[in-house]
Formats: sequence, structure tokens, C-alpha cells
Amino acid sequence: MENINLFLPEIFLVLTILATLMIGVFFKNSYNLVTKIVYGILVSLILIILNSFDESFKLFSDSYTSNSFTNFFKILILIGTFFILIITQKFIKENKINNFEYPVVLLLSVLGMFIMISANDLILFYLGLELQSLALYILASLDRNNLKSNEAGLKYFILSALASGLLLYGCSLLYGFTSSTNFDVIGLKANTKNLGAIFAMVFILVGLAFKISAVPFHMWTPDVYEGAPSSVTSFFAVVPKVAGIAVFIRFMQIPFNQLADHWQTILIFISLASMILGAVAAIGQTNIKRLIAYSSIGHIGFALAGISTNSVSGYSSSIVYISIYVVMNLGIFACIFLMKRDGKYCENLKDLSGISKHHPILSISLLIILFSLAGIPPFAGFFAKFYIFMSVIESKMYTLAIMGLLSTVISAFYYLRIIKIIYFDDVNKPFDKFKDLGISTTLLLSSLILATFFVYPSYLNILVKTLIIN
Amino acid sequence: MNFPILSSITLLPILGAIFILIFNNKTNENKNVIYVSLFTSVMTLFLAIFLWYVFDKSSSEFQFVEEKNWISGYIKFKFGIDGISILFIVLTAFITPICVISCINSVKNRLKEFLIAILFLESFMIGVFCSLDLVVFYLFFEAGLIPMFLIIGIWGGPKRVYAAFKFFLFTLLGSVLMLVAIISIYWITGTTDLTEIFVIKIPVEYQYVLWLAFFSSFAVKMPMWPVHTWLPDAHVEAPTAGSVILAAILLKMAGYGFLRFSIGMFPVASEYFVPLIFTLSVIAIIYTSLVALMQEDMKKLIAYSSVAHMGFVTLGIFTFTKQGIEGSIFQMLSHGLISAALFLCVGVVYDRVHSRLIGSYGGLVNILPKYSLVFAVFMLGAIGLPGTSGFVGEILVLLGVFQKNFLVAILASIGVILGAAYMLWLYKRVILGRLEKKELTELKDLNLSEGLMLFLLAGLTLFLGFYPNLILDTIHVSVDKLINDYQMNLILNTVK
Repeated sequence: MENINLFLPEIFLVLTILATLMIGVFFKNSYNLVTKIVYGILVSLILIILNSFDESFKLFSDSYTSNSFTNFFKILILIGTFFILIITQKFIKENKINNFEYPVVLLLSVLGMFIMISANDLILFYLGLELQSLALYILASLDRNNLKSNEAGLKYFILSALASGLLLYGCSLLYGFTSSTNFDVIGLKANTKNLGAIFAMVFILVGLAFKISAVPFHMWTPDVYEGAPSSVTSFFAVVPKVAGIAVFIRFMQIPFNQLADHWQTILIFISLASMILGAVAAIGQTNIKRLIAYSSIGHIGFALAGISTNSVSGYSSSIVYISIYVVMNLGIFACIFLMKRDGKYCENLKDLSGISKHHPILSISLLIILFSLAGIPPFAGFFAKFYIFMSVIESKMYTLAIMGLLSTVISAFYYLRIIKIIYFDDVNKPFDKFKDLGISTTLLLSSLILATFFVYPSYLNILVKTLIIN
Repeated sequence: MNFPILSSITLLPILGAIFILIFNNKTNENKNVIYVSLFTSVMTLFLAIFLWYVFDKSSSEFQFVEEKNWISGYIKFKFGIDGISILFIVLTAFITPICVISCINSVKNRLKEFLIAILFLESFMIGVFCSLDLVVFYLFFEAGLIPMFLIIGIWGGPKRVYAAFKFFLFTLLGSVLMLVAIISIYWITGTTDLTEIFVIKIPVEYQYVLWLAFFSSFAVKMPMWPVHTWLPDAHVEAPTAGSVILAAILLKMAGYGFLRFSIGMFPVASEYFVPLIFTLSVIAIIYTSLVALMQEDMKKLIAYSSVAHMGFVTLGIFTFTKQGIEGSIFQMLSHGLISAALFLCVGVVYDRVHSRLIGSYGGLVNILPKYSLVFAVFMLGAIGLPGTSGFVGEILVLLGVFQKNFLVAILASIGVILGAAYMLWLYKRVILGRLEKKELTELKDLNLSEGLMLFLLAGLTLFLGFYPNLILDTIHVSVDKLINDYQMNLILNTVK
């Protein structure tokens, strides 16, 4: 029975999901009620996880693991989901996609991510992955009367199913060549002499790279981001990436531990390609959601650069990177949900033209967030990149470092272009004035964190380092 | 003294900016904003002068050192100044109030935001000159780009967007290579603390590449030929106060960087790359002077003359002689005053006529006597006439260069003659002659705020020309130490 107690977050999540589903079905117009309950669930989950943050154990014949590393990521996921739920409320209601299923499906995908992160066994891992992916397909096509949203959902489903298939094929190969599905056992047996395991590793890497939309498996990202309703896009851009990076680190650290030489070359390529494509392809975009899609591809490239060093400082730097990425993206999506003109939400960059005249606070926050995304000091984004390059250069990967930094210069161009549109261009009509406490708090919180991060930049780093060492 | 005076002097302008940001008084808004920012910047100036006064000129050590654990396990936050950096801090603190005053006449819209940007910029610039840690230095060095980008982009001329982007991306491209070098230094020596690096010493085999990485950043910022092309654009498009800060202080960060980092950390590589620097500097001096002769835009002319003057600075620094280095420091400070003043002079007539073209002026001496007088002082200062601060810098640099390389010195002297040519011709076309253009007859002479700024700068230019010891006394000891360390390192290297 003690063990069940340790599994508490997942059990709590399953039970509450079922209960809220029932509430949603039996009460009419229950969207508001369900959302409020989901807030409660998220907050209490954070508390539950914090309560046993440092405990580390394995359950169910070592197929499930929980330690401070997984707990850190779970909390990051919960915080991301919580704020996304807050900032999307107004958008959802005004676009009449306020079905009570939305928050519940959101929770389901969170559950999938929990299992995925904590899995110490290929089968459990695959179950978690599919649970979260299925929930994401539904979310993408949530706006079912909108053709683009349907297209996004379908596109995402087909491509993602293909990637899952490859991943599953890799898993079965791995089982064939190591005769186990347990991560620890695989880690012992999958060495460089085991050719089958190397083969399997490539397939699994492809599947994982697809899920975090790293180049060359990124094609779905811009279309899905653009087609899905903004509320869902904001979720896509933040939370699954966190889970993806966590899974990446776990796979590289445990089952593929001995294959480091092989996956390092692959990861360096993927990360370089993502950084460069993210920087170059974003230049021509006019739709802000597509632009964020490309920028997120670039950011994933940086996070992968940290992982590709296969060192403690590298892993912790990419965790720090992804945490700061979450803060930045929450901020930028909060801005997107404030861009409403004549009752319609704007998605074009042109709509931002000259808004600094009428919306000084919104534009200052956007300024901070965009400079931070570009990695200009003294904002948090610089430190995120700084830690990454610290570890990359520590591993003497100078090419990766120089190419990465050059791609930040290229990407600085399109972030500057947005700032130019906001500050230098002619004044457009002001946005509709409306008060939404949730959005403005998120925006201010995010820009405040980004702007004051330099005062004590090592806090996150120390915390994360202890996670890795555990 | 335990009071963290350097941090306070760095933070003070930001505090003023935040004060302006938060307290938004609707009535008389502009007036109050100017008062607050003027008060903050003058307070900073007083603090800087006080710092200069208590600074121990006979010690070559870093003084007022502040140390704090920052990125724990990696990097310490370290501030400290020596005889070289204190003067740049004073220069920064002196130029900023002048910029604030110049805004009264020239900035018409969004004055509040403009002053906030200027104050932030001041903080970052002082931070650059205070930092004794490479990462802290990089942080301030790069952060300064943000306000300057906005200043050019929001308040600039018609081609401001192009100029702002060019400025930002050029500088960023140079500096990211410096970031790679800084991180590499951390992994080579285990620290980014400058004083520790001086003791540990970077192995010679790494020095060449690292020197080039730092060079790429400083050469863009300086700017040296052939990466100077952003400067004329940025100067022409920037508002007056932006041009003043750009010319007076931002360019000096590169010269300071060469002195502090390139020579201090990579002595062997610095010696090795002297021919490169000399070639580029001589090209800069002669080529940009010739280009300046052809300009029809006053601001562009002064911008090209800045490139030429900065060529003297790099020449002087890389002679590694006492005269050369002291001369370049003096030249940087004097150019800080003179170019700032020249841009202000252009700003004065631009505010009245809204044209920067030389052709639209002529014969101003007939109606603007006071203006013509101060302009003459600065023009002569830029030429390097004895009795102005420009002379001291140039003569010292040339003294240093003659010891090292005769040919380079001769070529550089030709640059002095060309400098006289374009400045005098500019003065002739704008000020002298008969007043022929009707639209100019209505012009009013300098008003109180303009007169205050320009006569103050003119006084200082002349004062430093007659009494250069005010500056030289402060830097003697630090420069001696710089050269001694440099030569010690070279000897140690050949012994090996």
C-alpha cells in the first residue's frame, strides 16, 4: 500500500479526470465549473508533487520511476498548463469553443506526459506517449467548424502516427536485441557492439525528434500551429516540448548511455539543422503563429545542443533553457491574446504596427520578451543561451558553438523586425481595450522574471544540477 | 571603503529611469521628466567626479573593487577601476547631461521614453567601464545595443530602420564571436576574472584565435575599416543626442576593450597582429578622410572623420609605447568631447532649418556669431590645432608611431593634413562667405541651453589643450603597468 501512495499524482489525476468528465456530462453549460475544478486539480497536483519532491524510488518491477528530476519536469508542465488555461479563457469563450471537454482533454494529455516522463520501461513509455498524442490530436481539431483547425488535426494525426510507428518499430527492435523492455537493463546491454540496438536507437530518436518538432521532422509544426485555435497553439508550443526534452534526456541518460558516441553525432546534426532552419525560415513569415512555430524549432535546437554534449552541465543547461523558454512563450502568447481589434483576434504581424503609441505597457513587455527570445543580455534568454554554450564549449564542440551563435544573429533579425513593427512603424488603430486579470498578470510576471533574472541567475542552475546528479 | 560606490554610480541612472517610468505626471509632463533626468545625470556626474577625486592616482592596482558571487560556481560579479577606466566613466557621466539638455530642443515626440532610453544607456556604458569580469563586461557591452537600437529606430531620420538594423546586427555579429572566446577562456583558465587571468596567463597557442575573436567585436565597434560602414548610416539617421552618445562613448568602448582585454590578456598575439592593425588603421585614416572630403551631408562628414580619428587611436594603442598609448587615451577623450560638440553643432542648425546638407547653408557667420565662434573652436580641435585637446592626442600618438614604424607615421601624418582639408572646407562652406539663402536670414543664434552645452564643451576642449596633465596624471601609472606587464609577458614567452 505504501507504494500506491508514491504513485499518488497519477492516481489523483486519473480519478479527478474521470470525475470532472462526469460533472461535465451531467451539468448543463458546465464549462466554467469544469475549468474552475481543473484549476484546483492543477494547483493541488503541484502541492502533492512538491510534498514528496526529493523522494526517489521505482515501482511496478522497476517500470515506473519517480525522482526529483521527473518531479521538476512535472511541476514545469503543471505550471505551464495552469497559465495557459488562464490566458486562453477569454479567447475560448469569445470564439465559442468553450466545450467542457477542452480542460479535461488538456488534463489527459498532462497525464500522458506524466507517464511518459516517469516511464522506466518501453511499454509504459509508449502508452504515455500515445495518451498525450491522442489528446493533442483532439485539441488541434477542437474548433470543429473551422476547416483549418480540422486540417491541422488531421495533418498532425497522420504525421504523428507515422512517427509513432517508427518509434514503436525502434522499441521492438530494441527489445529484440536486448531481450528486455526495462530501461536499466537496456542500458547495460545496448553497447556499441550491439548493432541492432544502434539501429533501434536511430528509429527511437526519429520518433522523439518528431514529437519535439526538431529538423528534419518539423514539417507539421507551422501548419498545425497556424491551423489550430490560438488557445491550443499556446499549449502545443509550451507543454509538449517540456515533456519531449525530459524524455530525450531520460533516454540518452539511461537506455542509450553506452551509445553516446553514436547519438551525439545525430543530435549535433539535428540541433544545428534546427537552429539554422528556425532562424532562416522565420524571416519570411507574416503570421505570428507561424513565426512562433519556426522560432520554437530554433529554440529546440538550442536545447538539444545542450543534450548533445552528454555531460551533467549540458543536461542541466538544456533544462534551464527549456524552463526559460516556457516563461518566454507564456509571455508571448499572453500578448497574442491581447491583440484583439474590432472583436477579432489578430494574427498578422502587420496588426502590431505602431502599437507602442496606444499600448505602452504591452509593447514594453513584448520588447523584453522578444529581446529575451533573441538572447540579448541582460534578459533571461541570454543566460539560457550562455549556459548552453558554456557546456558546448566545455565539450570542445566549437563548430556547434559558432554555428549556434551565428544563428542567433540571424534569428535576432526577425525578432528585431517585430520590434521594428511595434515601435518604428506608423500607428495603426488601437486594439480593443479590455481588462483580463489573468492575461495581464501572466504577461507582467513573465516579463518581470525575464528582466530581473540577471540579478541572481544561478538559482535555477543550482537547482537543476542537483536534479541531474540525483 | 566598503560603500559600493561603483555599483551605485552604475545603478543611479537606471533608478532615475524607473522613477520616470513609474511616476507619470500628466501636467507639465515633459518639463518634469527633463528635470528628473537632468537631476539624475548630474548627480551621476558629481559622483563620478568625486570618484575621480578620491581615486588614488599613484597606485596601479584596481581600486574600489567590489566582488559578489553571481553565477555561483562559475562567475563572480566583479567591479573595479584603474586610471584608464575612471576617465571614461567621467566622460560618460559628463556627456549624458549634455544629451539630456540637447533633447529640450531636438526631441519633439515621446520625450519621456527617449530620456528613459538615454539613462539606461548611461548605466550600461558605465557598467562596461567598471567591469573586471569578462562576462559582466559582455553583459553591459551587449545590453547597450538595446537602447541605442531604439533611439535610432524610433527618433531617427527617414532611413532609420535600415540604419538601426545595420547597427544592431553588425555589432551583434562581432560580439557573439567574443562570447565564444570568453567562454573558451573560462574553460582554458578556469575563470573569467580579469585580474586572475592576468596572473594565470593564457597559453600562447590559444592567444591568436582568441585575439581575433575579440578583435572582430572591437573592430566593428571601433569601427575600423572595412567594417565601418554601419557608422555613417547610424550617425546620419540617429537623433542628435543619439549621435552624440554614439560618437562620444560607444565608440570608445572598443578602444577601451583593446587596451584592457586584447593587450592585457593576449600580449603575444597583440604583438603578432601589429601589422594587421597598422595596415587597417592607415587605410582607415587616409581612405575615410578622402571619403569625408566628398560628403554633402554634415553628419556623414563628421562620422567619417570619427573613423579616421579612431584610426589614430588604434595606431597609438598598438605601438605599445608610453606616448602612443597615453596619446590614444587622450585622443579618445578629446574626440569624445569634440565629436559630441560637432554633432551638437549640426543639431543646432538642423533644429532650425531641418536640413543636414552642406549645400543648404552658407554665410552663417553673418547672423549666428556665437554659433560660428564655438563651431570654429571644435573645427580646429578636430583638425588638431595646438592649444586644443585634439593636438595633444595626435602629437602623442604620432610620437609613439614614429618610434615603431616610420612609413606608417608618415602616412598617418598625411591623414592629419587631409583632416584639416575637409574640416576647413566644411567650415568655409557652412559658416563663411556671404549669406545668400533667403530662408536662412530669419535664424536665431544659440539659445540658453544650447549656449550652455557648447560653451562648456568649448571651454573644456581649450582647457585640456593647455593643461593636458589633468588627464595624463591620472593615467601615467596605469599605462606604465600595462606596458610593463606587456613587455614582461613577451620576454617570458621568448625565454620559453
